[in-house]
Amino acid sequence: MNAAIMTTDTMPAKRPWRDNALFQGWLVLLLAVVFGALLAGVQTALGPTIAANKRNETLSQVPALLAPASGAAATAKLEIDTRMLPVSRGGRTAVYRVHRARRDGQLAGWVVQTAGQGYADRIEVLVGLSPEADVITGLFVLDQKETPGLGAKIATAPWRRQFVGKPAAAPLEVVKGGGAGANQIDAITGATISSRAVVAIVNRALADVSSQLAADAGKAAP
Amino acid sequence: MSTPSAAQRFVRGILPENPVYRQMLGLCATLAVTNNLKSAVTMGAAVLFVLVCANLMVSLIRHWLTPHLRIVIFTLTIATFVTVADRLLAAFLYPMSKALGPYIPLIIVNCIIICRCEVCAAKQGPLTAVADALGQSLGFALALVSLAAVREILGTGMWFGFRVLPAAWPDWVIMVLPPGAFLTFGLLLGLANWISARRGGKEEA
Repeated sequence: MNAAIMTTDTMPAKRPWRDNALFQGWLVLLLAVVFGALLAGVQTALGPTIAANKRNETLSQVPALLAPASGAAATAKLEIDTRMLPVSRGGRTAVYRVHRARRDGQLAGWVVQTAGQGYADRIEVLVGLSPEADVITGLFVLDQKETPGLGAKIATAPWRRQFVGKPAAAPLEVVKGGGAGANQIDAITGATISSRAVVAIVNRALADVSSQLAADAGKAAP
Repeated sequence: MSTPSAAQRFVRGILPENPVYRQMLGLCATLAVTNNLKSAVTMGAAVLFVLVCANLMVSLIRHWLTPHLRIVIFTLTIATFVTVADRLLAAFLYPMSKALGPYIPLIIVNCIIICRCEVCAAKQGPLTAVADALGQSLGFALALVSLAAVREILGTGMWFGFRVLPAAWPDWVIMVLPPGAFLTFGLLLGLANWISARRGGKEEA
């Protein structure tokens, strides 16, 4: 009996380092360091490419969202610069990402990046505006997870084309069955909520930024 | 029961022990990404990459695994390779990376991979482990593609985004929505079981 007690007491005391959590987990710790270094390497190597992909996805849409250029300006290269535009209105503060497009130093238009709640998830859109920020020149849906076949039609070109040429000053409204009015948008059949969501997102952004952009355009003019 | 050889492991993963139709593993990803063939193929390729890397790694360190820490090590290994796959997709296939959304990072919790680490890679050598990974991921990709082929053509009349059925085809939108995943999977699973039953149920465990 004594011997049994002795062994159970002394056994762990013989090699206490074997029970140490750090020793037991040596492989976990080693792998964590090795894998950590591997991931840091991958991120360093690919990070710039991934960031460029995200930026290009937005910037590649900009030319199509502007009013088509005429004459000599049509061949001029488009210069795009991006800035953050903070807006405070009605006790609410929002920051918009605004892309300014110029041809030969002349203002060609604005593209405002904005987002809001859709039927399923957040909808992120780009709204193209004329240089004076008074007419919508294009709409593009960057990100949406609306119902395929119904709400997802907000991303299709025929529906988006309705926004082109609409005035930016008065809020747009959604109508069912063929919107003919100057500021009417026809709802997608079976997806009224998604249609309304996009129009609400556009209306809010325009109300927030158009006056400021118009003022900026005035300042830039010679 | 003898341990299966590399060739046996490879062949079993494709049909006799198909991860989706026979083991019923990884179903969350299977149901979620099979509404078009492009997503299904990308997902299959991502799982192939992760499974081969994880199985090889685990097999190389199998002699130092301890019973109470092996799951931690499997998870750490899988999470690392999934992150690498996710970054690679974001860098070189950005549209697919966006379309698949959270389902690439979610490969970390895909049971197929941890199951192969446990069943094969932790017990057998690197060659067998890689053969096993290839077989199982081909089986997984086959299952994804079979589901996506049915869902995409019935739901949109297209394959890989190209029109296959005449434009007059009334798109069965439900097939590309979540219910379509369950309907298709149920029917194809029934078909797989019916075929194996007619062949005398040789593969039954």
